[in-house]
Amino acid sequence: MAAISKIATGNGHGENSAYFDGWKAYETNPFHPTDRPDGVIQMGLAENQLCFDFIEKWLMEHPEASICTAEGVSKFKETALFQDYHGIPEFRQAVAKFMGKVRGDRVKFDPDRIVMSGGATGAHEMVAFCLADPGEAFLVPTPYYPGFDRDLRWRTGVELVPVVCDSANDFKITIDSLQSAYHKAQEANIKIKGLLITNPSNPLGTFMDKDTLKNIINFVNEKNIHLIGDEIYAATVFMEPEFVSISEVIEEVECNRDLIHIVYSLSKDMGFPGFRVGIVYSYNDTVTSCARKMSSFGLVSSQTQHLIATMLSNDEFIDNFVAESRERLFKRHKYFTWTLSQIGICSLKSNAGLFIWMDLRKLLKEKTFEAEMDLWRLIIDEVKLNVSPGSSFHCHEPGWFRVCFANMDDYTMEIALSRIRNFMVKNNETMVPPRNKLLRRTSLKLSLSRSLSRKMDDFIMSPSIMSPQSPLVQART
Amino acid sequence: MLSSKASSNCHGQDSLYFLGWQVYEKNPFHEVENPTGIIQMGLAENQLSFDLVESWLRKNPDIMGLKNKDGESVFRDLALFQDYHGMPAFKNELVEYMAKIRGNKVKFDPNNLVLAAGATSANETLIFCLADPGDAILLPTPSYAGFDRDLKWRTGVEIVPIHCSSSNGFRISMFALEEAYERAQKLDLKVKGVLITNPSNPLGTTMTKDELQSLITFAIDKDIHLISDEVFSGTVFDSPCFISIMEAAMDSNLKRNTDVLSRIHIVYSLSKDLGLPGFRVGMIYSNNQTVVSAATKMSSFGLVSSQTQYLLSYMLANKKFTSNYMKRNQKRLKKRKEMLVSGLKKSGINCLKSNAGLFCWVDMRHFLCSNTFEAETDLWKKILCEVGLNISPGSSFHCSQPGWFRVCFANMNQSTLQVALRRIKDFVERSRFNYQQNMTSLSRKLISNWVRKLSSADREEQER
Repeated sequence: MAAISKIATGNGHGENSAYFDGWKAYETNPFHPTDRPDGVIQMGLAENQLCFDFIEKWLMEHPEASICTAEGVSKFKETALFQDYHGIPEFRQAVAKFMGKVRGDRVKFDPDRIVMSGGATGAHEMVAFCLADPGEAFLVPTPYYPGFDRDLRWRTGVELVPVVCDSANDFKITIDSLQSAYHKAQEANIKIKGLLITNPSNPLGTFMDKDTLKNIINFVNEKNIHLIGDEIYAATVFMEPEFVSISEVIEEVECNRDLIHIVYSLSKDMGFPGFRVGIVYSYNDTVTSCARKMSSFGLVSSQTQHLIATMLSNDEFIDNFVAESRERLFKRHKYFTWTLSQIGICSLKSNAGLFIWMDLRKLLKEKTFEAEMDLWRLIIDEVKLNVSPGSSFHCHEPGWFRVCFANMDDYTMEIALSRIRNFMVKNNETMVPPRNKLLRRTSLKLSLSRSLSRKMDDFIMSPSIMSPQSPLVQART
Repeated sequence: MLSSKASSNCHGQDSLYFLGWQVYEKNPFHEVENPTGIIQMGLAENQLSFDLVESWLRKNPDIMGLKNKDGESVFRDLALFQDYHGMPAFKNELVEYMAKIRGNKVKFDPNNLVLAAGATSANETLIFCLADPGDAILLPTPSYAGFDRDLKWRTGVEIVPIHCSSSNGFRISMFALEEAYERAQKLDLKVKGVLITNPSNPLGTTMTKDELQSLITFAIDKDIHLISDEVFSGTVFDSPCFISIMEAAMDSNLKRNTDVLSRIHIVYSLSKDLGLPGFRVGMIYSNNQTVVSAATKMSSFGLVSSQTQYLLSYMLANKKFTSNYMKRNQKRLKKRKEMLVSGLKKSGINCLKSNAGLFCWVDMRHFLCSNTFEAETDLWKKILCEVGLNISPGSSFHCSQPGWFRVCFANMNQSTLQVALRRIKDFVERSRFNYQQNMTSLSRKLISNWVRKLSSADREEQER
């Protein structure tokens, strides 16, 4: 048999991790409210499914956004032919405007620096190809998204050097930890080319304050290494303080802008992972030019560019969408974390993202990753929830789990919570009061901005969204 | 500070192939707004049959509104669908369409089909799966200019050309194949496969069954892979009819070698046949499960937008539409190609006999002032800047003989092609006139020199 490449036969795709095992367990027995009420509930998928009704309403009112409608078909030919890797100008302008809006219009993005890619997955790989040669490395704070092992390393040959963060200071990145990781790499003769931060963080759901970002920028400047800011969760910040982007901080700090690059996507903020809209935004002209050429390997379908251009240039819709999405995420997050806290489960305090970083350390038989795996298997097999174990995010402390909350409807979430409650009671972990007593508790005092404050009762009244099995996966016979 | 990939020019975009485009973009022809602009004949696009697609769209309003057969909105499901296995309905339709193009002489299994963001991505992904950095792929020349980027740039794989020449219509001879393999060995390069484009870009020709089977035998003999880029398979408009590598491999003699199918891989796309390059629909077809598995995971870097998969799965499901499209599209391509060929012939320019593709491989050797690539580049510049046609010089396809050009005919309307042919005619006449002028003045010079020599010889005679 003719030999295949090392890349194809190796494990660099990273899919043998527990992160993906849980998905497989879900796929063999997926929860369905009527067809499979005992199935596994998917809480390992960071998707934003809370605002589709909002978007669908806009689509019905704007048939011209689709090149296939009577109103839009006149644009079909030119769109179908458009393969220029610069991207449709209106698309770039609309994306640049959206990115600015998500950052409170405190910073402007240049449409000519917007480079397309096949989702953030494609964007990360592309940036790695542009910035580093095989054998060179990026620093990445832990815990981090498991997909980075594949996206940054698999085909590029680039290494990842972890910057260990721990719960003692809520997993915040410190300059000490950065310096330590950098020097360790030097001692091991590994050339560090850059630092990759995910801000807001996946899996933590937190984001960095301005001072931390300033320190990070000073660090990369001092070491003359690149800074890649993955900001794909920027619009999922649902509570104060406001999100601070790298793009804002570089306006206030002396830095070499050739070192600064942002990765963005519409998969999380808009909830459009299927449309594969990834963006590389670099302040370095050579990188922008090179990335643009590389984008040939993952251009956004022009049909999708057209839809997104039309949608994102509608200011009123976007302003309303961003506000509505934040509100729904806030409600969901609040109810979820509050209910968990009532049954004795804590999570890292967070105000962004589509998940919480759940603290189950006290449930471990012992403080080891084996014990974490045992607990995880128990949660999948008995509690029937697919949650993601911290080890798959390279967390250095066992016992943490990422649990997604925005990819299901209210009913499914209630089922998930009741399963957790039952599990905790069974394991005598808490004296859990019955459900109706929980609901009558007085609302917590929360420090929220006026636009986001709501009474506790409203959390339960949010619109129901069904999560049926996707008919697209069932092949038409 | 950056990677060597970013600092090098292995992206291949400094070639004349792409430079011509840049010049075109600064001064593009428009029948009304810019009638003296440059006509783009360097872009292998199929624009002849959009009316057929648009008519289908108008007849299918529900798909247009992203609604399913029950009138329910499918937007949400589409927006969330990111499974790298691709939409089953879409892949089912694709394999049927691929089989149809091959006269249903082969059947394809949708589970062996991997989607990619265009053939650009499909080719790169396949190379990542089959070869390690520093390995080599044999590639017949002339070949598509983009291969330098797609096969080599980020993969670190080398290309070793198989030199084909006009002496046998640029067909791949076993001699050339073996010679290329030996050259690779001498360079200490491990050959992992051969990549052919069939129908050929830039030649517009298809391979015979014998040729394909010889290639397969070669691949078995050397224990290497065989990639067949068949993106132009739906543009075959004349006999001989298209024979896919898969059909050739089904031959009973070759099938005895049990792993022959595991070393054959097809790349396909909807950019050329259906004229939809903007939608980025590419694919890899392989019977090799390791390759399918690895390529599927790699497709994460360039999935096809679910919105596009949905639209096209419905379009391709309409068999009446696809049959009608294929028939009419091929007819239009044939007619347009004949228009170009006969127009060029009237100007004394011949094309390689072709039966497929969106272009002709044009012989302009007699216009070269010397049999060199410098002369070819000079001619190319003249045609681009003075004649106002962006055609692609053979050197950008790594052709080993100067003087050949690829000229596209399907990316413009008929009247634009007529303008282009007229410009060529004028250019040829000017060249002939100038040649005659030059010859006339040259002969006058020669005669007067000779006369002078004669007179001085006479004088010498007289003086002696």
